[in-house]
Amino acid sequence: MRHTIQSIREGLRAKEFSAVEVAREALAFAERENPKTNAYLMLSPERALAAAAEVDRKLAAGEDAGALAGVPVAVKDVILTKGVRTTCASKMLEHYIPPYDATAVERIEAAGGVIIGKTNCDEFAMGSSNENSYFGPVRNPVALDRVPGGSSGGSAAVVAQGTAVVSLGSDTGGSIRQPASFCGVVGVTPTYGRVSRYGLVAFASSLDHIGPFARNVRDSATVLGVMAGRDPMDSTSADAPVPDYARGLDGDVRGMKIGLPVEYMKHASGDTADRIHEAVAKLRAMGCDVRDISLPATDYAIATYYIICTAEASANLARFDGVRYGYRSNEAGTLSAMYRNTRGEGFGAEVKRRIMLGTYVLSHGYYDAYYLKAQKVRALIARDFTNAFQTVDAVVAPVSPFPAFRIGEKVNDPVAMYLSDIYTITGSLAGIPCMSVPCGTADGGLPVGLQILCNHFEEQKMFRLAHAFENS
Amino acid sequence: MRLTEKDVRYVAALANLNLSDEETGRMLHDLDGILAQMDALAEIDTEGVPPMSQVLFGADDAADETATLRADVERPTLENEVALENAPVSGEGYFKVPRVIER
Repeated sequence: MRHTIQSIREGLRAKEFSAVEVAREALAFAERENPKTNAYLMLSPERALAAAAEVDRKLAAGEDAGALAGVPVAVKDVILTKGVRTTCASKMLEHYIPPYDATAVERIEAAGGVIIGKTNCDEFAMGSSNENSYFGPVRNPVALDRVPGGSSGGSAAVVAQGTAVVSLGSDTGGSIRQPASFCGVVGVTPTYGRVSRYGLVAFASSLDHIGPFARNVRDSATVLGVMAGRDPMDSTSADAPVPDYARGLDGDVRGMKIGLPVEYMKHASGDTADRIHEAVAKLRAMGCDVRDISLPATDYAIATYYIICTAEASANLARFDGVRYGYRSNEAGTLSAMYRNTRGEGFGAEVKRRIMLGTYVLSHGYYDAYYLKAQKVRALIARDFTNAFQTVDAVVAPVSPFPAFRIGEKVNDPVAMYLSDIYTITGSLAGIPCMSVPCGTADGGLPVGLQILCNHFEEQKMFRLAHAFENS
Repeated sequence: MRLTEKDVRYVAALANLNLSDEETGRMLHDLDGILAQMDALAEIDTEGVPPMSQVLFGADDAADETATLRADVERPTLENEVALENAPVSGEGYFKVPRVIER
């Protein structure tokens, strides 16, 4: 199924197919293809067919069926879907049925989107390879012995595979951009607060974002436009106007000033560096003014990120205690033994590692040296971007130092796994919009992504540059 | 080594996390390797830099932070039965936990 949002819109208008037919086809295709990749944890046929029938009813009645009318959408399994099991790819929530929808999900359906299933990911979105799922790793549809990236590996894989037209992921330190680059699709992390986090199971609240995956820039812009905007249920959601991103794609990019951070390129090597240099040449040929810039705090980003995100995670994951929802240990003599055993048995290795690290950096005697220090360095990293955006419109960079690696290659080395996030976490810490757009392939046909970063709330500019790059 | 096994057991207790002996040994090794990376932060000068705890407002814009407060009015919450639906053990309209008070 190689539909785009536009091809579905046109097909529905010309009555080539109905929304219910598209949903049935998507569900059947997903069921058939899924054993290859393990990208879906669950399909939601009842909900999908009801939503599709509503789209068909509106179209028949001549009503506006919405910007995503009839479009099959997959949703990462850390985003709540009322009545449809939401596991966070964890034993802890293996049987959890949410009593409400995330705001993003509600808006997707209100715009006519058809949610066909929930996608696999790293447990509680903690990982860079999708190997930390309680339900088994996802395989990259481009090369089945390789990881799809993480943590939103399933959401990237279903779009690459064509079993969904678009999907939703979440990004805390690169969990949308990195899998998008590994699977050769477009992935967008909007400005912090641009999309409501209500109903996104919290990992690191000052860093968590919901964003779209799509097979082209236009579709990603449409989905972001549907989800974005103030939500009373999330006090950190921004009350800033939402432009019609898809309509604003076609502006001129000649003369656009683009920065290439020297600190990023000094680590880049091999095919990835070659593809980025070619992308820069292409941007210059398009009339953009690409120049070197410096983001001096970059070298401290990984340490900063893994202190802040684990500290926040250790607090957020305290709620999983076997009382209100989720797994409870049978070994529960006393209340405190019940807590300890439930958490010891319910969480996987990486989640435990991060809870431990976060608890440690917040503990008495270490708070100033780690957590407070990291918050100050975070301010310096954000300041680097503020300074850069005084002279450039956008920053371009690699997404990952290397293309998709083999399943099992880094799984036993957490430090190596964390270091692979170097290019994506700076944008996350600054809270600026960033995205991955395909820019060719490395040896073996493995996709490489170009990262584009813009200043807060400048998604429109970012999309315009990405769209021009995609079509050049 | 920055950590000892005793440190790991202490932090696990703070986090309410039961770790097996094998997990404790592995955790000691992993955390030590990660903390070695984090010590690099000591190098960078942050004198006079205010800590950044969120991205929406500058550290000096304390007044703006109240701009997102909603009116303090009652709103419907989850019904009792709905809130209990995912509970591992419940009864009489409550979540049930192991006994904490001996009579």
